[in-house]
Amino acid sequence: MHAHTSASARTHDPGHTNRNCGKTWQLPVFVCRGSVRFGMEESGSVESLCSSTRSDRSSGTAAELRGKGRATEKVHMDPKKDELPLLPEERIQDSAKEVTYICPFIGPLRGSLTVTNYRLFFSCTEREPAFVLDLPLGVLSRVEKIGPATSRGDVSFGFVCKDMRNLRFVHKEPEDSLKKSVFEVLMKFAFPVSNNMSLFAFEYKQVFPENGWRVYDPLAEYKRQGLPNESWRISKVNDHYELCDTYPAAIVVPVTITDEELRRISSFRAKGRIPVLSWIHPESQAAVVRSSQPMVAQNGRRCKEDEKLLQAIMDANAQSHKLFIFDARPSVNAVANKMKGGGYESEDAYQNAELVFLEIHNIHVMRESLRKLKEVVYPNIEESHWLSNLESTHWLEHIKLILAGALRIADKVESGKTSVVVHCSDGWDRTAQLTSLALIMLDSHYRTIRGFQILLEKEWLSFGHRFQQRVGHGDKNHTDADRSPIFLQFIDCVWQMTRQFPAAFEYNENFLITILDHLYSCLFGTFLCNSEQQRLKEEVPKRTVSLWSFVNSQLEEFVNPLYVHYSSHVLFPTVGIRHLQLWVSYYIRWNPRMRPQEPVHQRYKELLAKRAELQKRVEELQREAANRTSSERAGSPTRSITPVQTFV
Amino acid sequence: MWGAFPVLKLGSHSIPQSYCSWLNITFTRLVGMLGSDWPGATLQEIKLEKEPLKKEKHPDLLPGEVVFCSANPILKYTQDDLSQRGVFGTLFCTNFRVTFISDEMSLEETARNFKNKLYREHDVTLTCVDHIYGVYDEKRKLITGGLVKNKYPSKMIIHCKDLQVFQFCLTYTKEEDAKKIFHGIAHHCLEEKSLKCLFAFSYEGTTSPDMQRKHDTIMFDSPEDWTKEMKRTKTKCRLVTENDNFDLSQKLPKYFVIPSVIEDLSCHQGKGLPIWCWSHHSGCALFKASFLPVAQEDGDFQKHLDTMINAVAHNYLYSVKTEDLTESLPTLQDIQQSYNKFKQFFLIDNATEFWLSDVKWFSSIESSGWLDIIRQCLQKAVEVVECLEKHNTNVLITEEEGTDLCCLISSLAQIMLDPYYRTLTGFQSLVQKEWVAGCHAFLDRCNHLNQKDKDCQSPVFLLFLECVWQLVQQQGPAFQFSETYLTVLSDSIHVPVFSTFLFNSAYHRESFMKVESPLAQSGPSVWDWSLQFDSKAQNFFLNPLYSEKVKQTVRKPHKPKHQRQLSLPSTAFKTPPKKGFFKDEADSLKKILRVKRISRWMGSPDSPVAATWEFYEAWQRRPLDYHSLLLPCLDGPAIHLWMQRYLRWIPEVHIMGGGSVAITTKLMELLAQVQDLKRVIDQKDSSQAAKLDTHTHLQPRPLSFGSSGHMSSFPFAYSRNRSFNPIIPTGLLQSIVLTDNLASQEDEVSQFVSLV
Repeated sequence: MHAHTSASARTHDPGHTNRNCGKTWQLPVFVCRGSVRFGMEESGSVESLCSSTRSDRSSGTAAELRGKGRATEKVHMDPKKDELPLLPEERIQDSAKEVTYICPFIGPLRGSLTVTNYRLFFSCTEREPAFVLDLPLGVLSRVEKIGPATSRGDVSFGFVCKDMRNLRFVHKEPEDSLKKSVFEVLMKFAFPVSNNMSLFAFEYKQVFPENGWRVYDPLAEYKRQGLPNESWRISKVNDHYELCDTYPAAIVVPVTITDEELRRISSFRAKGRIPVLSWIHPESQAAVVRSSQPMVAQNGRRCKEDEKLLQAIMDANAQSHKLFIFDARPSVNAVANKMKGGGYESEDAYQNAELVFLEIHNIHVMRESLRKLKEVVYPNIEESHWLSNLESTHWLEHIKLILAGALRIADKVESGKTSVVVHCSDGWDRTAQLTSLALIMLDSHYRTIRGFQILLEKEWLSFGHRFQQRVGHGDKNHTDADRSPIFLQFIDCVWQMTRQFPAAFEYNENFLITILDHLYSCLFGTFLCNSEQQRLKEEVPKRTVSLWSFVNSQLEEFVNPLYVHYSSHVLFPTVGIRHLQLWVSYYIRWNPRMRPQEPVHQRYKELLAKRAELQKRVEELQREAANRTSSERAGSPTRSITPVQTFV
Repeated sequence: MWGAFPVLKLGSHSIPQSYCSWLNITFTRLVGMLGSDWPGATLQEIKLEKEPLKKEKHPDLLPGEVVFCSANPILKYTQDDLSQRGVFGTLFCTNFRVTFISDEMSLEETARNFKNKLYREHDVTLTCVDHIYGVYDEKRKLITGGLVKNKYPSKMIIHCKDLQVFQFCLTYTKEEDAKKIFHGIAHHCLEEKSLKCLFAFSYEGTTSPDMQRKHDTIMFDSPEDWTKEMKRTKTKCRLVTENDNFDLSQKLPKYFVIPSVIEDLSCHQGKGLPIWCWSHHSGCALFKASFLPVAQEDGDFQKHLDTMINAVAHNYLYSVKTEDLTESLPTLQDIQQSYNKFKQFFLIDNATEFWLSDVKWFSSIESSGWLDIIRQCLQKAVEVVECLEKHNTNVLITEEEGTDLCCLISSLAQIMLDPYYRTLTGFQSLVQKEWVAGCHAFLDRCNHLNQKDKDCQSPVFLLFLECVWQLVQQQGPAFQFSETYLTVLSDSIHVPVFSTFLFNSAYHRESFMKVESPLAQSGPSVWDWSLQFDSKAQNFFLNPLYSEKVKQTVRKPHKPKHQRQLSLPSTAFKTPPKKGFFKDEADSLKKILRVKRISRWMGSPDSPVAATWEFYEAWQRRPLDYHSLLLPCLDGPAIHLWMQRYLRWIPEVHIMGGGSVAITTKLMELLAQVQDLKRVIDQKDSSQAAKLDTHTHLQPRPLSFGSSGHMSSFPFAYSRNRSFNPIIPTGLLQSIVLTDNLASQEDEVSQFVSLV
C-alpha cells in the first residue's frame, strides 16, 4: 500500500472507522481497500491486525486489513481469498496463476494476476504477509515483452508506469498458441484509445452524493472576483468556440474592446488565444491576464487592436501606468520563435509595457528532467551521490524557476499594484503553471479544497491545457513527444508551497497525490480531452464521473487539520533551492523504506479530537451549572427560554 | 552640491533613521568616489557635529564583564540586501563579547520573547568568533596574527561559529579608535590564550533560584548518581570509586562502571579498560574502551586484552562483539575538514553570492561530505543497536582515547534504545554521563583557547547534535525536546560561561578549579537554562508533538527471548546466532583487536547500508511505539540539512508567515487549550465551568502574518528582514545549462495533427 494512504488519510480512531461504516452510500471499495488510492500493497500480518493503536507509516497495512473487514460487509467477499473487489461496471477480462512479479525491493513473488477493464491486480498469498499489487491500467505508459522466451518457456514483461515506477513480470507462455496470454489482454485494455475502445471512465457509473461537475461555474467564479465591473466585461464571442477552440466559452475582456476587435486580435495571437483576464485584485484592480505569443514574426508584424487591448488592460487599473508582460520562455527561445512566425511584444509597439523573460524551459526539457529523476529514485537510490544525482536531473531547478516566475508575477500584482500579461508560446503549459501558482499566492480562496478545484477547472481545464496529449490517456504511443509532466510539475510547486506554509492550505498532501493518481487512472472524466470544447463534444460531464464527486464526498480524507483561514493574506514563498525539497512521498513512495513517518497532522488530529471531547464535557458542566442556577430561580420566566437547556 | 550633502544629513535629525542610513551610505559612496582626497577634516567635523546630539550608550555588562575598548561611529551593515545599508553605533570589545550598540533606539530587543539573557542577537562572544576578515582596498584578507600589526582595514567581516556574519565599516571613526578596536577584537578573538582568561572565570553571575530543570539532570559527579543509573538499567556491573582522587588515571572519569569480573584496575593506567555505558533489558551491555598501549610485550598485551574481552563477554551469555571505531568511521581530522568545508556554504556575505551558490547547492553540500559523515555515524550506531537488541550480545567499542567517537556512538545507540534519553532531562543526563563525566576533551575539540596547533580541534559534539537532530526530524513525537533546543545547545558550546564545555577531562576540571577558584563549585552548568532564557522562552525547548507515555517510564521486566539463556552453561563460549564473528577460540579475539580489523558485522561488506536494511525493515513493520526502539532511516533522501541551525541568519531563505513555526505555534496553542479544559474538568466545578466562555476561548486566535514573530527562522534572526517583500532570485539566466538540444525544440511537435 503506498505510503501516505497511511496516517493522514486514515486515522486509527475506531470512532472514525465506525462513522465511515455507517454511511451506507459510501463506496466500500474506495474507502476501504484504497483501490482508488492504488498502489503496491502489502497486507499486514496477523500482528498488525491485532494492534489497534498503530498509527504509523505502516498503518496503511492496518487500514488495508480494516478495509478488508469492511469490504466484507459491503461487497460480500472473503478476505482470505484476496479476491478482487470490482468497481461498478468493472469486469474481469483474464487472469493467470503462477505469474512471477519481480519486486525490486522484496525479490521475486509468485502469485496470480488478474486483468479487468480497469486494473491490474496481482496477489501473492504464499508469503507472510501477503503481497498485493493493485493499479489502474491507466498508469501504464509502456508494456513490452523483454527478450525471447527462456528455454523453460518463461517470458518476461516490463511495464513502464507514468507514476514513477517500473514493473516486471515473468510468466510461462501459454502452450496453446491460439490462446491469448494474460499480457496480451492487458495490453488491449491498457491502451483502449489505440485499440478503438473507450476509456473506463465512460463505463464507470458510480453515484456520489455530490456532483463534481457542478463545482465550477465560470460566471459564479467571475462574480466572486467582482466581475463584470466598469472596466471588464464577460464576452460571449467565444460561446461556440469560434474565436478560439481551446479557450472557454466565457472570457473576460476590457469593456473598451469590442468583439469585432477581439476577432482581429485572435488572428494575431498564436492559436487565437487572445489576452483575457484570469484574476483581478479586489483592491488595486490589478489584473492577471493570460494569452499566447503574438505572431510578430521576423518582419515585426503589429496589430493595433492587440496594442489597444493591452493599453486597455493597463487603463483598467488606475493604480499603475505600467504593464508587465511576463514571457515564460527563455529569451533565446522567444527570439527563435520569430523564425516560426511567433515572437514577443516589442517595446516600440507596446509603450508603457515592460517585457520580462522568466527563462522556463519547454515541455521536452521537463520530460527529460523527470525521466532522469525517475532513474535516480527508482528503484534504488545511490547513497553516496544522492544529492549530486538529484541536482543533475535539474528537476528542482525547474521547480525553482517556475515558482520564481509566479512569485515575480504575484509581487508585481500585489506589491506593485500593476497588471500583468503572462504568456509562453501557446499559453497552455507554462502560462497555466504561472498564472495558477500566482493565483494561489495572491488569493486565499484557491488554498481551500473547493477553491483549488475551481482553479484547476478554470486555469487548466477550461483554458485548454492539453491533458490528453500531455498524459496520453489510453494511448500506447509512449514515445509521443507531446507527453510532458507539466501538470505534475505544477502540483509539485503547490506541494512546495504547502511545505513552506503548513497552515495556509486547507488541503493536505493526500489531496494532491490523489489528484495526480487520477490524472493517470482514467477512472474519472475530469482530466480527459484537451479542451472545454472537446469535453462538451464527447459529453464528458454527462457520461463520466468527476474526480471532485469522489473527493467532495469524503472531504475529511483531504483536509489539513492545521489549516487556518486568513482571508486576505498573500503568500510569498521562498524559491531558493535550499528551501525546495524533493517530494519524497510522491516520487519515492514505492520504496518501502521511504515510507513517511507519522506526519504532524496525525497528532494534531488527535489533539483536535481531544479538545472537542473536553469541550463537550465542559459544556455539559456548564449546562449542569445553568440548570442548577435556573432551578434555584424556579418559576422565573427566563427558564423556558434558556438556550443552554436545549440538548444538542 | 557635494558640500551641501553632509549638512543636509546632519541637519535633519528628525527624518527617519533608515533614511539617514541610506544617506549615510550614499555619502560613503561619494567618499569612495572622491577617493582619499576627501579632506579628513570634514569627517572630523561630521563627527563633532554629530556627537552632542547622540546619547552615549553602553552595553548592559554582565557581572564581571569589562570593556576593553570601544569605537564610535561604526557602521554596521545590514545583511538584508545588496544596498550596503547599515546602522551607526558604537562597537565594544569586552572580556566576554564583541557587541554593537546602535545609535537608533531599537524595539526589537525589548519586544521579543525568545531573548538570551547573556548576550543579544547582535553580540558575538569572543569564543564564538571563527574568522575575521579585513577588507583592504576592496580585497578581502583573512586576519591572522601577522596582519594585525599596523594597518587596519576599512571594513571588518566577522564570521561566527554559530554561522552569523557581521560586517563593520571602520572608516567613520577616528583612526586611532578604529585601530584600537580592530586590534582589540583581533587580539581577543584570535590570539592564543590561557584557560583562566576565559570569561567563565571572571563571571560573577549568581545562579538563579529557578534551578528546577538543572536539578532533574543527573550530573554523574557522585557515586549516588551512578548507582541510580545502574539500578535503572539493572546492570550487574561494578561501580569503581577508587579513582576518586585520580590516583588510578587522570584520563579516566572520577567514577565509572566496569564489568564485575575485572578486579585488577592498576595496569596501564586504566587504558583499555572496558567502561560500561548502558545495559539492555536482556542483560547484555554496551562498553567503550581506549586502546591498550601497543608498546607492550606481546604476551602481556595479549593477556591483558583477553582479560578485558573476557570480562565484557562474561557480562552476559559469554558473547561479545567488538568494533574499532577508528577503522570504520572518519577520523577526527576528517570530521574537522568536512565541517570546515560544509560551514562555508552558510557564511554568505550578500544576496548575489547567495543566488550564485544556490544553483550548485546540492552538489556543494555533498562535496563537503558532512551529511555522509552523519549517515555513517548513525549507521554505526544502528549496528551497535542491532547487536544489543536483536542478537543480545555485549558490544565493546574502542578508539584511541575512547572519548570521542565512542561517546558519539554510544550516546546515539542509547537514544535509539532507551526512551528515557529522549526526554529533556534524560538527554541532558546522557550528555553528562557520556560526554562530560565521560571525559570528552571539550576544550581541545572546540579550541576555545585558539591554539595554533589545530590538530585537536574537531566538532565531535556538534556532530552528535546533528545526528540527534536527524532522529528528531524523522521521529518527532518520540522526543520531548525540540530542534530549537538542539540549536540553542549547539550555540551554547561557544558561550564561555558554562563549565560544561570548558575542560578536557574530569581531572582537568577538578585540578583547574582547585587552583583557580578554590571556593567556587565548578561554575554554572549549561543545563541551568534560566541563566540564558526565562521560563517562557524555555517553552520553545519542548516539543509540542511529544507523545507522552501514559504510564510512567518503568522499564519492562526482561522476558527471556531465547531459550538458550536458561540452558546455557555460563562458562562455555557461545557462538552467537547467525553471522557472529566470535568463534570459540580466544585467538580470533586477539587478532581482532590486535590487527584492529573487523569487517562489517553483518551482510555484505561493500554495502553497509544494505546490511542494516533487514533490521530496519523488520523494525518498520512493527507497530509504531515512540517509547521503545527507534531507528533512523538512512537513505539519501531521509538525511536532511539542519535548516534551523544553518539557514537561520540568511534572509534570502526566510519564509515570511511560514515555516515550521506556523505549526509549532498552533500546536502550542492547542495544547494550552487542552490543558485549560482539562483543568476545568479536573476541578469538577461546574460553576467555574460556566464562567469559562468556551467559544471565544476556543476560537483560534488569529495570527498576524507578516509580524516578525512568524518567520521561518523563528525564534532566531528576529530582527532581520522585516520587510514583507518577496525575495526574487537574481541571476536566473545562467542557471540551467542543458547539453542536449531539447531546449531548442519546438513546443508543439504535432501542431498540425488534428485533435483527438
